[in-house]
Amino acid sequence: MADFFAWFTHMENTKPLALVLFFVTFAAIVIYVFSGKKRKKRLESYKNIPLQDDDEQDKKIREESDQ
Amino acid sequence: MAVSTGLGGEQYDYDIVRKFTIMALVWGVLGMFAGVYIASELAWPMLNFDIPEITFGRLRPVHTTLVIFGFGGSALFATSYYVVQRTCQTRLWNSGLARFTFWGWQIAVGSAALSYMLGYTQAREYAEMVWPIDILIAVTWVAYLLIYVQTLRQRSQPHIYVANWFFLAFILATALLHIFNNMAVPVSMFSLESYSLHSGVQDAMTQWWYGHNAVGFFLTAAFLGMMYYFVPKQVGRPVYSYRLSIIHFWALIFLYMWVGAHHLHWTALPDWTSTLAATFSILLLLPSWGGMINGIMTLSGAWDKLRTDPVIRFLIVSLSFYGMSTFEGPLMSLKSVNALSHYTDWTIGHVHSGALGWVAMISFGSIYHLVPRLWNTKMYSLKAIYLHFWLATIGIVLYISAMWVAGIGQGMMLRGFDQFGNLAYTFIETVSFLHKPYFVRAVGGALFVMGIMIMAWNVFMTVRQSKREEAELEAKIAAKMAQAS
Repeated sequence: MADFFAWFTHMENTKPLALVLFFVTFAAIVIYVFSGKKRKKRLESYKNIPLQDDDEQDKKIREESDQ
Repeated sequence: MAVSTGLGGEQYDYDIVRKFTIMALVWGVLGMFAGVYIASELAWPMLNFDIPEITFGRLRPVHTTLVIFGFGGSALFATSYYVVQRTCQTRLWNSGLARFTFWGWQIAVGSAALSYMLGYTQAREYAEMVWPIDILIAVTWVAYLLIYVQTLRQRSQPHIYVANWFFLAFILATALLHIFNNMAVPVSMFSLESYSLHSGVQDAMTQWWYGHNAVGFFLTAAFLGMMYYFVPKQVGRPVYSYRLSIIHFWALIFLYMWVGAHHLHWTALPDWTSTLAATFSILLLLPSWGGMINGIMTLSGAWDKLRTDPVIRFLIVSLSFYGMSTFEGPLMSLKSVNALSHYTDWTIGHVHSGALGWVAMISFGSIYHLVPRLWNTKMYSLKAIYLHFWLATIGIVLYISAMWVAGIGQGMMLRGFDQFGNLAYTFIETVSFLHKPYFVRAVGGALFVMGIMIMAWNVFMTVRQSKREEAELEAKIAAKMAQAS
């Protein structure tokens, strides 16, 4: 068991390990984000959050700038 | 997804946002003026007047601290407190603590600037503050993190909008960077001097791990948070691709931490560290440009607004500069290019292409969006915004072109050899060559300062106008009440 933990104390082991972990995690995020039609719809729906919070002042300013 | 019912301003804590917005402008004017002054000192050294407090060495950290932490930091506090409330549709958690962050931050920035002028510095670039100020910043920052996380936890909106991811990453990373970079042992309890806990090349590594990640998380990620809220809001369209914004975020987070060592090419640093930093710097181009395209494409189908809305001009031009400086950065991180560019004014030009073009322009656009909403009126002068835009844009172009000429020329002269292998130029010849570009740089900087001064005047007049309108409204209501009774 001690040997197992000792393996992590060597930088030449942990650096490539960290690289693999980070790379796999990032690749997994990319695959997750760009796969599935339902997921695409759900994720893209979040982009409307700032616009759903328009208050009276937002509307007034927008109308004035559109004129 | 929860749909907002359009909460009114009184349900959000706008007072703290107003305070930080005003101080962003105050520090912006002072910090940029200090910048123009030291730029002028380089062109006309007699401006030092033999007064130690205003020499280049002391005023330079005053300039960087006031613009990065005073102007940029206050703008980030203001916009992050605004964005987190608006996108989570909830009031800021603990207004009292938020006021503490305001005073903590302002005192830290003000006392840092004064201490540099008096000659107190720990000589770490962008982290020159002496240890008591470092502790004040750490405490303020922990309070900021707590407020932000607690506000997110009490959100009405189930999803946390991507702008908040960028702000939270900025808060967390800055805490980490600030604490590790400033680990030091004070000389004595009542001394402002201290010894760094790191030494030699590790000290340099830590310094530039901090330095570049301050650029990455303070000056990039946080302002991207600003961009992901204010660009869609001002354009009136959602961001081009939400999924791209997610990849933009994670790619920046994975890549940025590794690149700091590109500031230390050709030094005592191990060669592999330099190569690793350069490699990750090149990789950073992809998410940076992905984010820039995402921001600019938000305007897709509404390009005509660029003609009529000067605020959108600020936002879109800032994104163009973001793209340009994130192309230039990786280019300069290549060891062969760095051999020419490092220790020359090309670096200064690159920094200002990002700092003026990206950071300041996106902040100006966001503040112009915020001010009418915070004070419930419209901007006092639209023409002044146009004027500010052109002064700022022309100022930046003059600044960075002058620094390209200065830096590349200087680099070539320092590397020039004659046919016998001797240096072709003396050092003083390179200094003399720099005089004209330094003059142009001072002019460019002065135009940029004029721009922010016009903005400060415009905001001041807008606030006065708001107070006047409020007083008129109250008088009308009082008159109606009197008639009714």
